[in-house]
Amino acid sequence: MSDRLRGIDLTLGYDGRTVAEDLSIDIPDGSFTVIVGPNACGKSTLLRSLARVLKPKAGHVLLDGRDIATRPAREVARTLGLLAQTAVAPDGITVADLVSRGRYPHRGPLSTWSDADERAVRWAMEATAVTPLAGAFVDELSGGQRQRVWIAMVLAQETPLLLLDEPTTYLDITHQLDILELCARLHREHGRTLVAVLHDLNLAARYATHLVAMRDGRILAEGTPAEVVTEAMMEEVFALPCRVIPDPETGTALVIPRRRLYSAAGVEGDEYPRTQP
Amino acid sequence: MTARARLRVVGVSAALAVAAIVIALVSISGGDYPMSLPDVVRTLFGGGSPADAFIVRELRLPRVVTALAVGGALALAGALFQSLVRNPLGSPDVLGFTQGSATGGLLAVVVLGGGSTAVAAGSVLSAIATGAAIYLLAWRGGGHGHRLILVGIGVAGILTGVNSYLLTRANIVDAARAVLWLTGSLDGRGWGQAAVAGGALVLLTPVVAVLGRALANLELGDDPARGLGVNVGAVRLTALACAVLLAAAASAAAGPVLFVALTAPQLARRLTGATGPNLLPSLLLGAALLTGADVLAQRLFPGHQLPVGVVTGLLGGGYLVLLLARTARRARV
Repeated sequence: MSDRLRGIDLTLGYDGRTVAEDLSIDIPDGSFTVIVGPNACGKSTLLRSLARVLKPKAGHVLLDGRDIATRPAREVARTLGLLAQTAVAPDGITVADLVSRGRYPHRGPLSTWSDADERAVRWAMEATAVTPLAGAFVDELSGGQRQRVWIAMVLAQETPLLLLDEPTTYLDITHQLDILELCARLHREHGRTLVAVLHDLNLAARYATHLVAMRDGRILAEGTPAEVVTEAMMEEVFALPCRVIPDPETGTALVIPRRRLYSAAGVEGDEYPRTQP
Repeated sequence: MTARARLRVVGVSAALAVAAIVIALVSISGGDYPMSLPDVVRTLFGGGSPADAFIVRELRLPRVVTALAVGGALALAGALFQSLVRNPLGSPDVLGFTQGSATGGLLAVVVLGGGSTAVAAGSVLSAIATGAAIYLLAWRGGGHGHRLILVGIGVAGILTGVNSYLLTRANIVDAARAVLWLTGSLDGRGWGQAAVAGGALVLLTPVVAVLGRALANLELGDDPARGLGVNVGAVRLTALACAVLLAAAASAAAGPVLFVALTAPQLARRLTGATGPNLLPSLLLGAALLTGADVLAQRLFPGHQLPVGVVTGLLGGGYLVLLLARTARRARV
């Protein structure tokens, strides 16, 4: 039995520029998959193609064994939800109104609001703890609250698969953790399969069950965080000399960059040669 | 949307429909041969004297139906454009469509010396050509609202120049006729013009209504809309085509009436307090607005009728200044 969401021999790019070639990926069912990699490595592009938002130049994205490009958009949107990076809240929209937009793929163009719609929206707002904000205007919320509202909108789609494009970017450390705790709860308690693009390696190692490391449009390593986050692999992926130690809090991998020329005074006898100016 | 918000949209729409009907009746009742409102209603339902029947059904009703349909079509076109470009400035007046339809009408008058049918055909064809040109220039490969507005303003500028040139080439009789048409007027509109604007509205409103929710989600951005299952390319192209056809039909029936498309959706939105394109309330408000402007145009200076475009220009221009002033103030904060 193959996994529900797979990319096969994908060539991805925009206009004349190719970002990735012959890229294949399996999203393990029931996993919390996190994709990491340096800027411009193609991780968001890959996620957008898996979400049917970007059409691959070659290759196929298979959802439940069928090519995602040939399936109706609304049907796909009932199986797979996307938290996009570029979402804009219209002026004067309330939280409840925005979350209810997530019901679009379940509704006919002129159908009325059903009990199932109401239940899904209530649940989505409860799960993301935005119920007290239901009547508030989205443009008046803090960054962390706003991100939870967008996640609530995607949850209201009631999809077994969730794709999240940099859900923690621009958030402070507390709100990053809040969002990832929420993702982990959706994964553990509600059985969702999640795919997220993240920048913070340490948080990725804490929360992911399956980690994919990309560079220059290629997947260099995938597996459990313990398998992927090694000193050798981090140097290869990010060109970053680093130490990897167990996180004293969780025991997961913790990436500590080696100190550089202008770092504050470090441990004496540091073996790593300083970069010469 | 909560139940209360939905109720407000329904209530506002009903009130606007009633207002449009009342204004239409008032419009029919007035003129050189005043009638009472009960007489108007009785005549509309088949009663009244033969003289009343002739005046109402052959002279005044076609003009009022044209006003309602043109106002509704323009407002609906404006609501679609504003939703598509995610900007309150998105309206056929700003984006060059109005100027484009004027070019065709002027060509028909000045170069071909044609009558009202030729003017209508010319304005429809050139509005569609303008729509296609702007789509190709600004929208190919996923458009952005700002780019469309900037391209539209450029196209509008070019076409304004072309229009002025055409007017200088016209003889004085044609020029006077053309200027009256360019202002936008409902004078002497018969069932033919009512059928053009009304037909477009009746045919395209259902199409647009089906797109309503998809358009509201498109306002979130292309990627989130696709994630929700919106066929972004198809929805955008269909909405744009409907908007161009509605604006073209309105222009064919009454000339390029300014500012209704710009103001009606904004006012409707403020009344309903709802997000999204507010299609039905905009349509109804546009119908009431243009019919009301026509009543003012006929009665503001007794014995001297104004073209309705002058009234909408004054009202709408004032509103635009207010809108820009408010936007500037908010941007400063």
